[in-house]
Amino acid sequence: MLTGEGTSPADAAGDFRTDDEQLLLGLRRHDEQAFAALVDRYHARLVRLASLFVANQAVAEEVAQETWIGVLQGIDRFAERSSFRTWLFRILTNQAKRRGQREARSVPFAAFSPQADADDAECAVEPERFLPAGDEWAEHWVSYPSNWRETPEERFLSDETRALVQQAIDALPLNQRIVITLRDVEGIPSTEVCNVLAISETNQRVLLHRARSKVRGQLERYLEER
Amino acid sequence: MATAQGDDLACQELVEIITEYLEGTLSDAERERFESHLEICEGCRRYLDQMRTTIRVIGRLTEEDRDPAAKDQLLQLFREWNRT
Repeated sequence: MLTGEGTSPADAAGDFRTDDEQLLLGLRRHDEQAFAALVDRYHARLVRLASLFVANQAVAEEVAQETWIGVLQGIDRFAERSSFRTWLFRILTNQAKRRGQREARSVPFAAFSPQADADDAECAVEPERFLPAGDEWAEHWVSYPSNWRETPEERFLSDETRALVQQAIDALPLNQRIVITLRDVEGIPSTEVCNVLAISETNQRVLLHRARSKVRGQLERYLEER
Repeated sequence: MATAQGDDLACQELVEIITEYLEGTLSDAERERFESHLEICEGCRRYLDQMRTTIRVIGRLTEEDRDPAAKDQLLQLFREWNRT
């Protein structure tokens, strides 16, 4: 299905959670297979997330490794008040913060201060695409966006499209990049994203909105290039 | 005339609250207004569809790129932890 209901990846998180719970049970029993399976599932993602917070790839790898040590050391105290994933990502962001402080490097957490996004009023869509004030149809589309249902599904699944979308995400301001990565790439529910980053729901949603709107815009430009 | 009815949502406004719609944080009244506008506006239906498709494509970015060396190292750590 190209579109329809429940397109948010968080809606598919149910399976994830069940599997994670099984593996978590295994880990609590010190089962190496369970640990290996969790590493397969999450290590590359931890490195990728860590690289948003720290100076370089090598440090990101170290932070990811420290995160696993944190998991092993904390597993007996993990009370499952959040999902395993949220807990894991929270350990990661804490490790990344600590690492940033140790290296006296300014980590991007300041990017989440309320002022960081209050000062600019970005538009989701260029104002020129709506009819101007005074027009009978003011603020309505000058011409409709194109109908993506007429675009073959393979187009959206191609490596080229995925690379384009990844580039669009990489080009976002850091706070937006972190939020969209957690929410839409990793599929973490928004309340848990707020929890991991210690930001308000409103702040999170504003950042997510700007990020998604820009990525959609890039995708639209790309699809209409030819 | 369908223009500028008092409670019709403008398209330009819809694109700014679409994330709240998708995240389920609009009030009931706002959601009704959003959905009533969709019923009469092909452009906004397409926009919503584009946004959902975008989110879906973003959700497919996580390819497992495994790093066997890193995994071996982590399994070493696990065994050390397991012995203690």
